[in-house]
Amino acid sequence: MFPGSFDYRAPTTLDEATTVLSERGEEAKVLAGGQSLIPLLKLRLASPALLVDIGRIPGLDRIELRDGGLTIGARVRHADLERDRRLATTFALLAETAPWVSDPLVRNLGTVGGSLCHADPAGDWGSVMLALGAELVLRSRAGERVVQASSFFVAPFEPALRPDELLTEIRIPAPRGRSAGTYLKLERKVGDFATVGVALQLEMTDGHVARCGIGLTAVAPTNREATEAGAALVGKELTDEAIAKAAQLAAAAADPRDDIRGPADYKRDVVRVFVQRGLRTLRRSLEEARS
Amino acid sequence: MSAITVTVNGIEHRLEVEPRVLLVDMIRTRLGLTGTHIGCDTSNCGACTVLLEGEPVKSCTMLAVQADGRRLTTVEGLARGSELHPVQVGFHEEHGLQCGFCTPGMMLVAAALLERNPNPTPEQIRWAISGNLCRCTGYVNIVKAIQHAARLRADAAQPVAAGGAS
Amino acid sequence: MSVEVRPLGGIGESVKRKEDARFLRGKGNYLDDLTLPGMLHMAILRSPHAHARIRAIDTSMAQAAPGVVAVVTGELLAQHKLAWMPTLSGDTQAVLATDKVRFQGQEVACVVAETRYQAEDALQLIDVDYEVLPAITSPQQAMAEGAPLIRDDKQGQQDNHIYHWEAGDREATDRAFASAAKVVRLTTHYPRSHPAPLETCGIVADVNPATGKATLYMTSQAPHAIRTVFSLVAGLPEHQIRIIAPDIGGGFGNKVPVYPGYVVATAASLLLGRPVKWVEDRTENLISTGFARDFHMTGELALDHDNRMIGLRVSLLSDNGAFYADAQPSKFRAGLFHIVTGSYDIPAAHVTADGYYTNKAPGGVAYRCSFRVTEASFLIERLVTNAALELGIDQTELRLRNFIRPEQFPYRSATGWVYDSGDYQRAMRLAMEKLGYEDLRREQAERRARGELMGIGVASFTEVVGAGHGAEFDIMGLRMFDSAELRVHPTGKAVLKLGVKTQGQGHETTFAQIVAQELGIPAADVEVQHGDTDNTPYGLGTYASRSTPTAGAATAVVSRKLRDKARKLAAHLLEAAEEDLEWERGRFFVRGSPERAKTIQEVAFAAYTNLPEGMEPGLEGVTYYDPPNMTFPFGTYMVVADVDRGTGQVKVRRVVAVDDCGVRINPMIVEGQIQGGLCEGWGIAFTEQITFDPDGNCIGSNFTDYLLPTAWETPEFETYATVTPSPHHPLGAKGVGESATVGSPAAYVNAVIDALWPLGVTNIDMPVTPDKVWAALRARGVGE
Repeated sequence: MFPGSFDYRAPTTLDEATTVLSERGEEAKVLAGGQSLIPLLKLRLASPALLVDIGRIPGLDRIELRDGGLTIGARVRHADLERDRRLATTFALLAETAPWVSDPLVRNLGTVGGSLCHADPAGDWGSVMLALGAELVLRSRAGERVVQASSFFVAPFEPALRPDELLTEIRIPAPRGRSAGTYLKLERKVGDFATVGVALQLEMTDGHVARCGIGLTAVAPTNREATEAGAALVGKELTDEAIAKAAQLAAAAADPRDDIRGPADYKRDVVRVFVQRGLRTLRRSLEEARS
Repeated sequence: MSAITVTVNGIEHRLEVEPRVLLVDMIRTRLGLTGTHIGCDTSNCGACTVLLEGEPVKSCTMLAVQADGRRLTTVEGLARGSELHPVQVGFHEEHGLQCGFCTPGMMLVAAALLERNPNPTPEQIRWAISGNLCRCTGYVNIVKAIQHAARLRADAAQPVAAGGAS
Repeated sequence: MSVEVRPLGGIGESVKRKEDARFLRGKGNYLDDLTLPGMLHMAILRSPHAHARIRAIDTSMAQAAPGVVAVVTGELLAQHKLAWMPTLSGDTQAVLATDKVRFQGQEVACVVAETRYQAEDALQLIDVDYEVLPAITSPQQAMAEGAPLIRDDKQGQQDNHIYHWEAGDREATDRAFASAAKVVRLTTHYPRSHPAPLETCGIVADVNPATGKATLYMTSQAPHAIRTVFSLVAGLPEHQIRIIAPDIGGGFGNKVPVYPGYVVATAASLLLGRPVKWVEDRTENLISTGFARDFHMTGELALDHDNRMIGLRVSLLSDNGAFYADAQPSKFRAGLFHIVTGSYDIPAAHVTADGYYTNKAPGGVAYRCSFRVTEASFLIERLVTNAALELGIDQTELRLRNFIRPEQFPYRSATGWVYDSGDYQRAMRLAMEKLGYEDLRREQAERRARGELMGIGVASFTEVVGAGHGAEFDIMGLRMFDSAELRVHPTGKAVLKLGVKTQGQGHETTFAQIVAQELGIPAADVEVQHGDTDNTPYGLGTYASRSTPTAGAATAVVSRKLRDKARKLAAHLLEAAEEDLEWERGRFFVRGSPERAKTIQEVAFAAYTNLPEGMEPGLEGVTYYDPPNMTFPFGTYMVVADVDRGTGQVKVRRVVAVDDCGVRINPMIVEGQIQGGLCEGWGIAFTEQITFDPDGNCIGSNFTDYLLPTAWETPEFETYATVTPSPHHPLGAKGVGESATVGSPAAYVNAVIDALWPLGVTNIDMPVTPDKVWAALRARGVGE
C-alpha cells in the first residue's frame, strides 16, 4: 500500500511556507507529523498534488508558559505534551489527554496542530481546545488571524482554515481561580478512535464555578462544546444536583450516530456518565488540593 | 526525486528518492535492511518500528524525505557485532518471540524504553508496547523479556567488584 | 573415548529456541524480504461491490501507464482455462471475475509492473462498468424466498444452499428430550473473524522460461498439499513445481488455502518469463482471504432430575461466503463440529448443519482451530454455564457431575468420536485451586451486595486435533498423514526434514528435541528443515494442531528405526550380540559391562566407515505416519471480569488456564502457545469481528476497524498443566497450538454472563462490546 505521486516542498521559514501555500494551496496538503495524512495517502483517499512539509521550519515545536497562559507551537507532538511536567498542575487537561491519543509510537510523530487541522470529529485535541477556550493562530501571506476554537471546527474534516493558511500556534488562556481538568475516553483498545470522549476544564473561584469548559469527542459532526451544560454551572456550587443537571445538558448537546462502536443513545448516555464522573473527580481533586 | 542523507545504524547513506517513498520501503528495498517489517499499512501494528533519534516511530507512516538529516536505528543496529543487546538476550531467554515478525519492533520499543526508564514496572512495559501488536505470544513473555533485559542492563552497570548482592 | 557432556535437550526440557538467532537480528527470511533479479510486482484490482454484474472492463489506460508490463483480466485467464479454480471443499472459486463479482474485495484484474508503486498507480486507471445487484449478507437472507441467486455460474444450482449435514442419532436424542426434566436453550452467532497473522499472504512466482520449472515462494502452511493443488489447477507436472515456504510471520489458518493472487502471479511469471511478486496489503488480507467462524447456532441441552446431561441437540447455519472454500477434511461438511458434546458424558446427541452462499468473502479457515472445534466448544460451554445458572447450581459443580470420568476412556461419544484420554476433574480442580475459586465467589457476593458487577467464567473444553487417520480424514483426497526424514551424518550431526511447516510454533527446536530423546543426539546437533517441497518428504502441513500428533510421531518413529539400525552397528563395533546391548540415551553398552559402550556418534561414523558384512551404508530413514486416531487435548479456563455499569466496559482481571495436552515436549513453547491463544481468544470474545453493512460493504477492512488486542487490554495469563498422555501417540503427546483459542472465548463470555445473570441477562453474542453490555443493562433498568 503506497501513496500516489506528489510534489514535495520542505520550506525552512514560515514566509517560504506561506508563499508556497499562496501559490498552490488549493492543491496542497500541509504535512506535520503525518500520522493522519500519510495513511490517507496510502489508502489513496487523499491525492494532493503537493505536500508542504513544515518539519524544517524552526520554532514551531515550542511549548511556552506566558502570563499564566500557554502557547503550543503547531508542530508540538502529542508526546511532548505527555512528557512536559510543567503542565501537570495548571494545564492538567493537556497532560491527561496526551496519553489517550492513539498509541505511544504515533505520539512520537503526530502533532497537536496536525490533529486540530485534520478536524476529525473523533480527534481528542479538538474537544480539549474547546474546553480550554483556546485560540488558533493562522498565518498566510496576507498576515495573521486568530480564530477561536469554538469557530474552528466547521464540518467533519473541515477546519476554518483557508488553503493559503497555516496553523502556527495554539494559545490557551490563563485559567481563572483554581482549576482542574480531565479527559475521559471510551476506546475499544489502545490506538482506537474514541467511541466517546469528554474533555472537562473546571475553574473555581470562592467555591463557585467561574468557568466550566466541556468538549465532546466523536458524538457530533465535529468536536463540539457543550456550552449550555458549562454555562449552567457558572456561579454555582458544584453539588451533585448541579453536576447531574450539567451531565444531562451535555448529553443533550451530543448528536451522535449509530455505527460499529454503538448506537446513538448509548454514546449519548456515556457522555452523561463521563461528565458526571469527570466533574465529581475534579471536585474531589480541588477539595483535596485545598485541604 | 529528492536527495536525502540518513544515518542508519551509524552509517551515513546518501540517496535519491521519490517523495512518496515510505521510510519503511527505503529501509527495506534501498538499504536491504529487511528486519523492519510491514504488517498493517495503517500505523496500527508497529511491525515497521524503527528508532528516530532514539525514539520509536512507525516507519510505514513516515516518508523517507522526512528522515533527511536524521539518525535511525533498525533491528540490525541493536547488536554490537556478535554481542547481542540485552533486549535481544531477554527475548531469547524468556521466549518473547514466536513467528518473529513483530519482534524487531518490540525490541526497539523495549530498547528505547529502557534508555528512558531503566527499571520499568510490568504496567509501564505494557503501556510502552501498546502501539505494537503481537499475534503469537499473548505479550506475557514479551513483558518478561523486557524485565530480563532491564536486569541484564542493571547487572552490567554494576561493577563486579562491588559485590554480588545486587 | 570421552563421553560428551553436552545438554541433550530431550523431551520435557524448556530448550531455548534455535530459530531465535535469526529473528533477533532481523535476519529472518520472510516472503516479502525476497528479491529476485528482474522481479516484477503485481497489484490486484478488487471489487468495490458485494454483488454486481461486470458489463465491461477497460484496461487500455492502465496498459499504457508507466512501468506497466501486463494487465491481466479474467477474460485473459479464461483463454488459458484459469479463470476458475477448485476450492479445498470441492467447489469452484473465481480467480479473476469474468461474469459477476460476488463479494466486496473480489479479485477483478491484476497489474504487473516494474514497481509496486507503478502497479498501484495503474490500478486506478482500470475502468470497470458494474451493474450493481442486491447483496446477501447472512444465511437467513440467503435462504429467503426470492433471494437473488449468487452462484448462477453453477449448473443446476437453483438457490443459495450449499450443503446439509447431520451427525449423531436424531431419534435417540428426541427420546432423551422427551424424558428431560429440564431443557436449556441458547441461540448465538459466532461472528466472522479473521486469523490476521501479522505478516500478510504473498508469493514470489519464478517460472524459469528455459526449463519450465516453477519455483513458488509462498506463505504457505501446507506447501506439499498446495503443490498438488497447483499441479491440478494449472495442469503443470508436479515435479516441475517447487514450493518454498520461507519464514512465516504467523499463519493461524490464514495461510492454508490457495488464493487467486497466487494463481495469477504464477500465470504472469509463466507468460512474462520473469519473477513476479505479490504481497497482500492488510486490507486485501482482511477482506478477501480466509475468514473464520460465522456460524449461527442453536443448542438445546436436556438434563434429568439429577442434573445429569442426557441429550444435546444442535442446529446451525453456516455463512460460507461466495464460494464454498472451507479448508477442512472432505468427508465433514461442517468440519469437526460434532465434537460438540465436549467434555461431557451425554448419551444422545444430534447435529444438523446447513451451509449457505452469501455475498461475503470465502474462506472458512480454522483460525487457530481444528476445523470448527472452536464453534462447537463455545456452544457447549456457553450452554453448560447457562444451564448451571438456570438451575441455580455452581458452574463447576454441574461440570464435575457430568464430565466423562477417567475410567471411561477410551470414550465413544454420541456423535461417534473415540476420545483417547482425559482427566477433566483433575484439570478443573487445579484451576479452582489456582484461581482461589471459593474466595472469589465470596468476593462476588460481597460486591453484588454493593451493586457491583463481577463475574467468574468457566470453560472446560475438549478438542479433537491431529488429523488423520487418513482413511477418515483427507483434504481433496490426500490422506492426512505426515512425515519425517532423518539423516545422521558421519560425525553424528543430523538433519531432520518435515512435511509440516512452522509459522512460529518452534518446530526447529521441538522436533530436534524428539530426535534427541529417541536417538540421543543433542538437540543442538539436529537441524530441522521444512517448507521446501523439493527437499522434504510429503506432508499435509501445519494447522489444526496436527504437527506434533502426526509429524512429531513420525519423527519419533523414524528416530527409533535409526536406533534399531544403530543397535546392529553397535553390536558389530562392540563384537556383542544385539540382544546383549542396553540403550541409554546417547549410547549402547553391553549388559553388565557399562564401560563397553559406543556412543551414537561413534555408531553414526561406523555407518559410513565400518559396517558389518551385507549392511547398507548410511544412517537415515523416512517415516510416513498415519495416526490411528485423533488426540483430544483438554483443560479448564477460568476468567474473572468486572463490568462497568455506566459504560458497559468489561475489564478482565484474571485468567487461569489449566491445559492438558499430554506429554509436553518443550514446556516453555507449550506455554507460549497457550498464552498466545488466550490473547487471541480475548480478541475474539471482545473486539475482533468482520462485519458487513446491508450493502455488503466490509467493516473490518484494516486494523483500525479489525481490532487486535494489545498488551494493555489483556491481563497476565496464568498457565498451569496436568499431564494425561495420549495412549496412541508414540510420545504420549497431543496437539496444543489451538487449545486456548478454542477454550477461552466461552470462558470470557461466561464471566460476563455470570456477572449479569442476576439482572436477567442470559446471553450477549460475541464480540461482547461495551455498547452491547450497556444495552443489556439498560433493558433491565440498570445504569449509572
